Amino acid sequence: MTAEQKKHLAVLAAIWAALIFAPYWMPLFGGYTALGTRVLAIGLGAMSVNFLLGFTGVLSFGHAAWFGLGAYGAGLCIKWIALSTPLGLLAGTLVGGIAGGLLGALLVRRRGIYFAMVTIAFGQVFYYIAFQWGSLTGGDDGLRGFARQPLHLGFATVDILGNSTAFYYFMLVCFACAVGLMGFILRSPFGHTMIAIRENERRARFLGIAVEFHIWIAFTLSCFFMAFSGALYAMVNNFADPRMLHYSLSGDFVIMAVMGGMRTFWGPLLGAVVFVVLQDYISSVTVNWMSFIGLMIVAIVLFFPRGLLGLLRQRKAA
Amino acid sequence: MTDLLLFNATNGLIIGAFYALMAIGLSLILNLSNVINFAHGGFLVIGAYLSYTLTPYLGFWGALIVAPFLTAAIGLIVERLLIRRVYGRDPLYSLLLTFGLAFIIEDGTRQIWGALGKPTSIPAFLSKPLSYQFFFITGYRLFMVAIVVLAIALLFVLLRYTRAGIRVRAGTLDLETVAALGINIRTLRSLNFAIGIFLAGLAGALASGQLGLEPTMGDGLLMPSFIAIIVGGVGSLTGTLLGGLMIGVATGLTAVVFPSASDAIMYVIMAVVLLVRPRGLLGEEGMLT
Repeated sequence: MTAEQKKHLAVLAAIWAALIFAPYWMPLFGGYTALGTRVLAIGLGAMSVNFLLGFTGVLSFGHAAWFGLGAYGAGLCIKWIALSTPLGLLAGTLVGGIAGGLLGALLVRRRGIYFAMVTIAFGQVFYYIAFQWGSLTGGDDGLRGFARQPLHLGFATVDILGNSTAFYYFMLVCFACAVGLMGFILRSPFGHTMIAIRENERRARFLGIAVEFHIWIAFTLSCFFMAFSGALYAMVNNFADPRMLHYSLSGDFVIMAVMGGMRTFWGPLLGAVVFVVLQDYISSVTVNWMSFIGLMIVAIVLFFPRGLLGLLRQRKAA
Repeated sequence: MTDLLLFNATNGLIIGAFYALMAIGLSLILNLSNVINFAHGGFLVIGAYLSYTLTPYLGFWGALIVAPFLTAAIGLIVERLLIRRVYGRDPLYSLLLTFGLAFIIEDGTRQIWGALGKPTSIPAFLSKPLSYQFFFITGYRLFMVAIVVLAIALLFVLLRYTRAGIRVRAGTLDLETVAALGINIRTLRSLNFAIGIFLAGLAGALASGQLGLEPTMGDGLLMPSFIAIIVGGVGSLTGTLLGGLMIGVATGLTAVVFPSASDAIMYVIMAVVLLVRPRGLLGEEGMLT
């Protein structure tokens, strides 16, 4: 084992230890378990956006649509079809992922800024649907009247509804599965092809890679991950509302990915932690939180385009 | 029924004229500088509030003329300080920069003018209906459309016949060659950005009489403008104009048949256009795809 690999393992161990013991160390810094749960769901969303943006080089600015569809799918399934958390999560993931995959087929020939624009516009479709179709979605007030259900494992029942620590660990397990799968895909030949497309699309095409097809698969996978994170997020508050589909949330996710470092695997999670905690804090101190977030975004674009982890790496390389 | 259809078609045409005005400004900036200006709606709001503030001092006409110029000046400052730095970088950064800017502008407007909507007034001679049969065609509506037509016609003449306009069009096709021919593209881009923002300011000054004054009034106009550009075809201003009018009228007509889908129809149009003709109605092959 080389020193590089050892270091890599140590960092991984540190990240997972921090996540596993979060309910114990967070209160020391004024945090609370529910905040940790929220960060996990949002962080997974940011990592899903980055799966596409950072590793395939395709910018989708409408990913909140799949996030929100996942949330509505999960909520509606639990409310009307089956009183079960896992089934709800599955339903949400399928709804968002399949919708994303279908639309993705329409979009993959577009590139760059045009792709971003079309994804924004199509993402808004779902916002309007959620907003207008009040009888199903609750309209502007959001979808209420469902709650995550205790888990029945056969030999035991875990009360994730009442016990917030148990819920945190449930979320962490879901998060770990998704992130593990994401890492597995990125290490596979398919993942390497994604990176090849990001680095030089024309060369990848000359090598005989079906670029459009690969981008479509990457986009669809990213939508599935996104929908899963949205379904998890709906479980956090037992609530889904149209703003979860709005393009400004898509922008937030992109910002988290960029802030953390978009060419890194864990960067977006770090970005999500910083973003969620900052937003939580700033909006509790001042009514002008929008200006602060806006200024932060401008500062990141102008001064730290590589993000926090990118900055660390650069320093190491220098 | 005919009256109702006519009423909604007229309504749609007026809304479409706004969409077109916004979208052409966006399109100008996108074509030359490859920047999607998320803050375009914000500049519209600035234009609207400036005209509101100036009306007591300059009167209706004065405010209508001065407010867009002031908005353009603010846009020029923003371009010089911020937007210029992301030219030529990954489109991601210009998107994020203007996204952040939109936040700052919305919050700033709220800070300066208050979060609640402001009452707006239009001159009495313009608010009368022109005839009893077509009660909905008030003078103000005709006037708005006239101003929009005038502004767009003027822009097209400028682009066609003036030296700067020809340079902007050439830059849309091949900026590198234009730069190699010794033209200062920094100035060209600044000028182009200012014109785009001027149109947003003008749309704001006009819209305040019709839509009411609110810090978020630009939000509802931004997405249709995007769609107008996509439907019309990236790279073509005529296409953008056509796209804007088309989705405006379609929105108006859908409101008669199926009101709750009137906001969604433009997305349907966009999906159909992307399926049948991916580069948009009048888009050039290979531009920005």
